Amino acid sequence: MDEKGFDILILGAGPAGVSAALTAHARGRSAAVISADPMASPLARAGRIENYPGLPGRSGRELLAAMVGDLERLDIPLIVGRATAVMAFNGRIMVSVEQDVYQAGALILAAGAQQNARPLPGEERLLGRGVSYCATCDGMLYRGKRVAVLGLGSGSEADRAFLEGIGCQVLYFTGTQAKNAEIQGQDKVSGIAVDGAVHPVEGVFVLRDTVAASALLPGLEMAEGHIAVGPDMATSVPGAFAAGDCTGRPYQIARAVGQGNIAALAADRYLKERET
Amino acid sequence: MSVLDLTQDSFDGTIASGTTLVDFWAVWCGPCKMQSPIVDAFAEKNPQVKVCKVNVDNEPALAARFGIMAIPTLAAFRDGELIQRKVGLSSMEEIEDMCK
Repeated sequence: MDEKGFDILILGAGPAGVSAALTAHARGRSAAVISADPMASPLARAGRIENYPGLPGRSGRELLAAMVGDLERLDIPLIVGRATAVMAFNGRIMVSVEQDVYQAGALILAAGAQQNARPLPGEERLLGRGVSYCATCDGMLYRGKRVAVLGLGSGSEADRAFLEGIGCQVLYFTGTQAKNAEIQGQDKVSGIAVDGAVHPVEGVFVLRDTVAASALLPGLEMAEGHIAVGPDMATSVPGAFAAGDCTGRPYQIARAVGQGNIAALAADRYLKERET
Repeated sequence: MSVLDLTQDSFDGTIASGTTLVDFWAVWCGPCKMQSPIVDAFAEKNPQVKVCKVNVDNEPALAARFGIMAIPTLAAFRDGELIQRKVGLSSMEEIEDMCK
């Protein structure tokens, strides 16, 4: 198994994830951050941020770039890709990113509010029955077939090209067309309805920047559409912590940074307890 | 017990008697790489179950026969009959439940 091992894996390179990575690093922990293109964060669209202390009037892009710069400065690996599955086994947590597997003693979920995106009609019911979150994982099973790609995040062009390259006939939808699509089928996917027209397809690749937290990590408790956490940012899954917008409102940088810090300290404590 | 690689020729004979767990996988699938050590550990713990793997790339006919649309997919058979099937990563507990 080509595993890459760390003490702490962090999903998300926004304020919460970077804050957690900095704290983990300061505690002497090896950490890596897994994220879609950091500039695909909704924060990149914020024009001016006036309530983050010490850095008045910066744009979201400027802050994000500075945060990613922090990772570079400290040699904290930034793995750009989509995490598609998480599994705890033998006291370690494994995360698959496309075709690679990473593993760590603790995990911090910090992939933003999008991690709690509402599923499309038919998505959950037909998951594994034609609905897939990973083109590189399942694409080969659809060679020579007609599939739809719903590009709901960044980087889905590459998935489209991959699927076309292996011989799929790809219908590609983005933006509001993708957001309002309806996946159809009884026991398996039979088609996709977009703008009132039904297109027969055998597979639908639903590609968000991040897979919904509850689908990524089975058994993860949610509360009102957000990941349920205790005061130390621990989730219902041992060794898994969460920070930032994925844990609830307000969706503010200051809150995310604070929670990232708390989560990393708690993850460090969790690892320490297991080491003794 | 060691994990067997099944082919179209060996499949039916292997699952015909007793309890068999089959892991449908492929080398290009990240989550399959996470499933594999769990399946191996299950095999160690449960010598009474035949634990097998089917590489869907090498065995497209078996993948088609069982309608594999996502991997990993696990299937449990008893005396040749399919008793349980699960798509996506499965934990040790889930695999144990499937083979009960």
